[in-house]
Amino acid sequence: MRRLGRWLLALSMLRRGGGDRREHDDDDRIVSAGDPAPRAELVVVGLLLLAALSAAGFVVVYAFDSFSAQHQLLGITLGLSLAFVAAALILGGKRLIVSEDLEEDYPEPAHPQEEAEVVEIIEESRGGITRKKLLAGAGAAAGGTLGVAALAPALSTGPWFDTDPLYETPWERGRRLVDDRGKPFRAEEIAFDTFYTAFPEGADRGQLGAPLVVVRLVPDAIRLPPDRAGWAPEGILAYSKVCTHAGCAIALYRTPTFSATQPGPALVCPCHYSPFDPGTGGDVKFGPAGRNLPQLPLLIDSAGELRAGGTMSGAVGPSWPGVRLRKGES
Amino acid sequence: MIRQAVHFLDERTGAAPFLRKGLRYLFPDHWSFLLGEVALYSFIVLVATGVYLTLFFEPSLAETHYSGSYEPLQGLAMSEAYKSVIDISFDVKSGLLMRQTHHWAANLFVAAIVVHLMRVFFTGAFRKPRELTWVVGLLMLFTTLLEGYLGYSIIDDLLSGMGLAIGYGVAESLPVIGGYLSLGIWGAPFPGDPAFESRMYIFHVLILPVAIGTMIAIHLGLVASRHHTQFKRAGGKSKLLGSPAFPAQVPRSLGLMFATAALLFLLGGLVQINPIWEWGPYELYLGTNGAQPDWYLGWLIGGLRLVPGFDVTIGEYTLVPNPFWGGALFPLIVLVVLLVWPWAERRVTGERGFSNALDRPRDRPGRTAFGAAFFTWVVLIFFAGSADRIYVFLDLDYVPQLWVYRAAVIILPLVVYFVARRVCLELQRAERIEHDSEEAEAEARAEVATA
Repeated sequence: MRRLGRWLLALSMLRRGGGDRREHDDDDRIVSAGDPAPRAELVVVGLLLLAALSAAGFVVVYAFDSFSAQHQLLGITLGLSLAFVAAALILGGKRLIVSEDLEEDYPEPAHPQEEAEVVEIIEESRGGITRKKLLAGAGAAAGGTLGVAALAPALSTGPWFDTDPLYETPWERGRRLVDDRGKPFRAEEIAFDTFYTAFPEGADRGQLGAPLVVVRLVPDAIRLPPDRAGWAPEGILAYSKVCTHAGCAIALYRTPTFSATQPGPALVCPCHYSPFDPGTGGDVKFGPAGRNLPQLPLLIDSAGELRAGGTMSGAVGPSWPGVRLRKGES
Repeated sequence: MIRQAVHFLDERTGAAPFLRKGLRYLFPDHWSFLLGEVALYSFIVLVATGVYLTLFFEPSLAETHYSGSYEPLQGLAMSEAYKSVIDISFDVKSGLLMRQTHHWAANLFVAAIVVHLMRVFFTGAFRKPRELTWVVGLLMLFTTLLEGYLGYSIIDDLLSGMGLAIGYGVAESLPVIGGYLSLGIWGAPFPGDPAFESRMYIFHVLILPVAIGTMIAIHLGLVASRHHTQFKRAGGKSKLLGSPAFPAQVPRSLGLMFATAALLFLLGGLVQINPIWEWGPYELYLGTNGAQPDWYLGWLIGGLRLVPGFDVTIGEYTLVPNPFWGGALFPLIVLVVLLVWPWAERRVTGERGFSNALDRPRDRPGRTAFGAAFFTWVVLIFFAGSADRIYVFLDLDYVPQLWVYRAAVIILPLVVYFVARRVCLELQRAERIEHDSEEAEAEARAEVATA
């Protein structure tokens, strides 16, 4: 190791000696002369060799899959290699490279002469034109229209002038509620204190209007508006599973374990924590949602299975201007 | 050899005068001037790792079934996009390293920009003649936020789907145009046209990176053309003092570049980030509790959560749906306030001249107090976004917490304004007293000497 060090030192001296052939007077130099720091040079060389070693380690780890923590080792070897280069550069910059403190003036803030000439060039260039305003107007018309024409094809990305699709849901009277495997829900299977996710039978369940949350409440907890009489047969209620605030799925169901001190049951969106009251028709109890959770009237058919008793009580999903103009449609 | 190379280049490009000047461009020495460089180097790591990821990522929502080496997801239906990122994480050698490093780099990129922005704000580096540098930097920051959002949205895991739903909700909430705009961009009601994935992808890997790269070039060009600012020097000298780009700055700056890359790759290798295999593929009807976006979008989650629940309606017409306030207006206010600040401040102070010398924050109590109050406001809203986590970890009830935040975002900034102002003035006063006593001492000593 010592011998290697001496050898490297000798090599660096040799290089320095080579540079001495073109010696300047110190006054002539642009870059001021630095002090030699042979020890620092050795350290820098050492760091660079370590960097090379780590990089080689990276390649080895990459090439052989027998390392149990291959991912971590890849990160460590590559990271260390970069870190050694960084250390070499920073140390080299501090000790081997001359650090100069120089002064200079800030650039002239403005160039009055050139400014004036630019203005003059522009102004003189339109000297031969007599109908300036007319030409400018025609030019603006051409440019503006061409701009609109250039942007028009971008409208192919979607229906830009028709919000009808936003009102659509697959729910209509008689459609069966099925679970994620397509099995119909039977009313007797719906238990208290839990919630179920239901989809419309035979429709795309990936659309915003499809998923429902279904819960069963004791009769005391149900206080639906008068026009929703009969929407909750046997205390079973269905609501859109998509929050009316920002469109996340209502993935939490808060059921009181000790009703005397706790707030009533609530369907809660985990994105911004709007709780909706399933007993009162999806009223917002707190949080940022500005609109009730749309409710789907339910029926229990002769086979004891749940079916939609009509369409949604309102538009499904996050609100948009006009969201209240129509009810949910099928 | 060097002589020949320079001669060759100069004869063919005429670059010698430019090089001569550029090599000796002066950088003032101060650690806080390196923050912007950290952002720049994070961007380089982002581009390098990002290009690698595109070699394996498939921007497609077509359904497929998982069959890779991660057992828990075996046979599960998922999109090609999500599957390809799982494959990058488990079956592409060094893929996970690149992916995690990419994600860490995104976080560091935005963090460095934000801290850099605060340095520039509190030292007044944005003043004439550098207003354009400030404006370009701000636009870059907001482009970066969108870029990061798209980055984790194209993966199609559960969290990215929830994030997109919120983005869709915010787009829909824009007054008058919301419904049209969201349908236009998404192509269909959420989750939208399958081609929406390709739209996000091309923006994430081409359009926005090119935009950011262009803005970086303009930003740096503007910095160089007006030269760096520097802190005031003793003796009131107005000359720029610093060390030249070459040789002094090059190894330092390259060292910082390698150090940044080293940190990011070590993080990428050793610290897990966004383990998408744990979230599972996105389905519209699924949500998870405790979902948090990357930190740099946390302020928007906080904004969305803090606003009380109301839509502004006129009869049956919904004028302003709720997410508009926290998700659109709030960031817009932040952007506009910062954009117009250089001109607003000039109006108040009446300073029209050139300002190459930086202020110490204490010497500008008004600006410092406003900045402290403004950042307090944003940071409080940011923390409001984690109230649910506080509920889980510290068992503080969510609803009272939110009321505290609703009050705090109004009261605390005012308090901070007056406290910060006071602190600045006190610091100034203490300095004056010290200065006076030193002068008196010197006088006394002089008198003793003459006597």
